[in-house]
Amino acid sequence: MAAHREGDIVISSVIGWFGNPDNWTGDGGIPVRLLQHLEYSLAALLIAALIGIPLGLYIGHTGRGAFLVAGLANSLRALPSLGLLVVMALLLGSRIHGDLVYVIPSILVLVVLAVPPILASTYSGVQGVDPAARDAAYGMGMTGMSVLTKVEAPCALPLILSGVRSAMLQIIATATIAAITSLGGLGRFIVDGQAVRDYAQMVGGSILVAALAIVVEAVLALVQRLVVPAGLTSRAQRRASAVSAERTEPEPDAEVGREELAGVR
Amino acid sequence: MISWLRDNAGTVASYFLQHVWLATLPLVIALVLAIPLGWVARRYGWLHTPMIGLTGLLYTIPSLALFVVLPLILGTQILDPINVVVALTIYSLALLVRTVADGLGSVPGDVEQAATAMGYTGFRRFFAVDLPVAVPVIAAGMRVAAVSNVSLVAVSALLGVPQLGLLFTDGLNRDYFPPLVAGIVLCVLLALALDGLILVLTRLLAPWQRIARGTS
Repeated sequence: MAAHREGDIVISSVIGWFGNPDNWTGDGGIPVRLLQHLEYSLAALLIAALIGIPLGLYIGHTGRGAFLVAGLANSLRALPSLGLLVVMALLLGSRIHGDLVYVIPSILVLVVLAVPPILASTYSGVQGVDPAARDAAYGMGMTGMSVLTKVEAPCALPLILSGVRSAMLQIIATATIAAITSLGGLGRFIVDGQAVRDYAQMVGGSILVAALAIVVEAVLALVQRLVVPAGLTSRAQRRASAVSAERTEPEPDAEVGREELAGVR
Repeated sequence: MISWLRDNAGTVASYFLQHVWLATLPLVIALVLAIPLGWVARRYGWLHTPMIGLTGLLYTIPSLALFVVLPLILGTQILDPINVVVALTIYSLALLVRTVADGLGSVPGDVEQAATAMGYTGFRRFFAVDLPVAVPVIAAGMRVAAVSNVSLVAVSALLGVPQLGLLFTDGLNRDYFPPLVAGIVLCVLLALALDGLILVLTRLLAPWQRIARGTS
């Protein structure tokens, strides 16, 4: 790997890698790997959201099992994702047959890692709903269920989406690592490049992964901006506080705690 | 399992020490950098959003990708542990700049006024009053960064950087569980130990604050 020391030579070889038409076609080409990465990531995110959001809403609404949220988020953060991946691949590898042998263990790990941030943010979103709003809803004769769906869930939406965003980042990062268990996706360029000492390929794959993560994050941020009602965003709060304010204390942003909820890259 | 451990105790111990080093050094560097940066973000409000935005953007990049690209930017060898240290410093910094700014923001106004009235000004007030009062909030960010660093260091095993993560790739390659179990147990223990260490330090540095169990 002595040649890697020459910075500009490597940069030109990375450009060469991107420019090589062979890397853009076939089963191992960039478009296919990119789609695979996105496909696995979205599947895992969907499953994690289907588990995390209802559970978080339930725990936040009833207050039952709140210890689970803190405990789960903290203890899972301590588990090394690479170790978890390998264990899952070895445990399930001998039990599953066909093409799914590479996919199922990896998706499972992605879901396991993505549920806690979604669950925790949904829970704290519901917890953080202004008690006065909740009381007013009950006072208007709403049932528990409609308070949950019409007041608590919408008010918690900014935090829920923050949790979804950090879960997605976590998933994209871990799906990259999952390439060692023969899962497809962009991580394959890094793993395969490492195997044949092709640094240009590794860098190319890394740039693609980083770009994918940033683009997905930007898209989700945009979705959040479009989906969350204006009255619930910090923008509106800032405007409101600017009107009434004698002090310009920054409003607590819905984003605060996003990384804290995510924990792991 | 026992016999594997006995035969490989030396290797595992050196991996463990390397892991400790790679997980904690970035944390210390990031804290030293985050204190002035957090102060700046707090002092000059308009800098807050771009600074958090930039660190947030870096935080978005998956760790494996960062480990691979950094040698190109730093001119280091791909196997150089420095890449891991720099990458984790970036991630820790992304967490800590915001935490330090929030922590400094949590200092009650009357405390600041009282300190000023007692004659504390400028740097002296910052180090004697503001920073100590912010310790519990900063420590919360440190705990998250410390625990996630332990997991992130392991990822560098895919490039061959020696630390506990190599036990995972070894276990995968040989379809063999003992190194896997040892690696996971040691990673979890290390994460818990670092977390506990920060908790103890917080209690020593902020004795007035009772850190309630379960609030993390």
